[in-house]
Amino acid sequence: MFDIDKWQEILFTIRKNKLRTFLTAFSVAWGIFILIILLGVGTGLQRGVEYDFRNDAINSIRISAGQTSLPYKGLQPGRRWSLKSEDYRDIKNKIKGVEHATARFHCRGDFTVRYRHKYASFNVRGVSPDMMYIENQTPVLGRYINRLDLQSRRKVAVIGTKVVEGLFDKGANPIGKWIDISGVQYRVVGVYKDQGEEGEMKNILIPLSTAQVAYNAKNTVHTIMYTVGDASVKESIAMADQTREMLSEKYRFDPKDQRAIYIGNNLENFRKFKNLFLGVKAFLWVIGLFTIIAGIVGVSNIMYIVIKDRTREIGVRKAIGAPPGSIIGLFLQESILITLVAGYIGLIAGIAVIEFAKWALVAFDVNAPYFKDPEIDLFTAVMATVLLVVSGAAAGYFPARKAAGVDPIVALRDE
Amino acid sequence: MIYLHKITKSYEAGGHSLQVLKDVNLEIEKGELVSIMGSSGSGKSTMLNILGILDKYDSGTYSLNNTLIKNLSERKAAYYRNQFIGFVFQSFNLLSFKNAMENVALPLYYQKVGRKKRNMKALEYLDMVGLKDWAHHMPSEMSGGQKQRVAIARSLISDPKVILADEPTGALDSKTTMEVMDIFKEVNRKGITVVIVTHENEISELTDRMIFLKDGRIIQKAMANAS
Repeated sequence: MFDIDKWQEILFTIRKNKLRTFLTAFSVAWGIFILIILLGVGTGLQRGVEYDFRNDAINSIRISAGQTSLPYKGLQPGRRWSLKSEDYRDIKNKIKGVEHATARFHCRGDFTVRYRHKYASFNVRGVSPDMMYIENQTPVLGRYINRLDLQSRRKVAVIGTKVVEGLFDKGANPIGKWIDISGVQYRVVGVYKDQGEEGEMKNILIPLSTAQVAYNAKNTVHTIMYTVGDASVKESIAMADQTREMLSEKYRFDPKDQRAIYIGNNLENFRKFKNLFLGVKAFLWVIGLFTIIAGIVGVSNIMYIVIKDRTREIGVRKAIGAPPGSIIGLFLQESILITLVAGYIGLIAGIAVIEFAKWALVAFDVNAPYFKDPEIDLFTAVMATVLLVVSGAAAGYFPARKAAGVDPIVALRDE
Repeated sequence: MIYLHKITKSYEAGGHSLQVLKDVNLEIEKGELVSIMGSSGSGKSTMLNILGILDKYDSGTYSLNNTLIKNLSERKAAYYRNQFIGFVFQSFNLLSFKNAMENVALPLYYQKVGRKKRNMKALEYLDMVGLKDWAHHMPSEMSGGQKQRVAIARSLISDPKVILADEPTGALDSKTTMEVMDIFKEVNRKGITVVIVTHENEISELTDRMIFLKDGRIIQKAMANAS
């Protein structure tokens, strides 16, 4: 493939028409640059959305009680009701497709938590074992709340890593230590990590039943959450509707009453956002491609001019015995060379800008909602390169065909 | 070497066809030095293009070096041009970005001869036309006569059967014209058929045989003289 003569000629024409070549190359580089920037931003948006959903399992549904706003079966609106511990077990047993279900009890107010001489303030929540799947939590030390804790209302606590930092000296093992929460002693049995934001690791988890006793709440719970396994969005919506009906019958509120019950379907929301950003991404590709097409048309145009300039030379070559293939190859190669070099510069520049933005977002601690870690993945880079070669070839092909079709008689007469 | 039988060629122009060549019969033997003469519009350029496999003819038979030249594909035509024919043009047609040696070597490039070997052979042919010392000069640094000698070297390097020269001295002064003609004669002495298209009598008189074209037909020498 390496052919000094061909390259010598290509470089000669490029050198002879520096400005023209530069302008064309610039339009291609610009096209690729824009495409890369757009795609990087697209990835950033997508990651931003995914990041915002990382707190909890994507396939989770959460339910909390509200206040009725519609009259129902003779009952006045404005009635309050609350969820009970057994509801989450009912949901798990009666609704098909529920994978993990848990209830949560929010111990209201700030709690001063003490370990020896250290004091700090954290949220305290009563939870059941399945919570770890729904909140995306994993024990890093010891264990999570288990069924036995729940059954015997043990005074045990599982604490977030931030709680460990706040209460214990560096390097100290919190497992087995007793901490004081509002005057009640709890034994630390585990430390968890949450995939979500930092605040999620500033919680102290105690068994649901213990919390209910400690706060004299009987069997009230504040939130019920469950995951839907690998159900589709449609199936998850059906499951949420089923839950609403089940609870409306039990607690007697109108199933159409939007304020009597709050049901958040994470999967539905996530899918909505995902589709939205998929659309955005597709749109960005389209804009990028059109920008590249403008560049390609530029290359094609310059190639036509090059061929017009060199008609006579093409005629000579043909008279000397150049086969049509070699003429096509000559111009195709020039076109691919310009697109490839220019495109590569655009690609590198685009990646540099994206990487800089990524660095700057972290370095200056910019908290942009729905935007995080813009990046060009290998696939996109490879696609862009393939696109460059293909478009370079496309840009050169028609002019090259025209060159090969040059009539030597006409070309040689061309003064 | 060259055999034309009842060759006709017409061009479409402005809705009606113009017959440029009318039943041309011509035979040129191997080793002949021939000139084709005629005024503009006589069909001599068309004839040269057909001889050079640059243009197709409508009917008749053309064979070159015992090979029938008819309905060839572009690729085949290019191959035969490369193998059989060496072209010399009025305006030299050297490639401006290649030096003399590279210009001479160009036909061998299309025969896929290696760069080193091509350039060595090109130097030999440049030596033959007396321009060995100019091998690394660009065409723009040469005089018209020198350029034409480079062009002749280029036409010879592929060892062609026929040299087709189209007004090869049209752009040269009388002194260099003679030099160039001397080279053609020298080439011819080595047994290569040379066909020169010209409208200058001084040139054609230096050839072995003159062929006159008028209105698309070959006419007898006597008639040509009479006119």
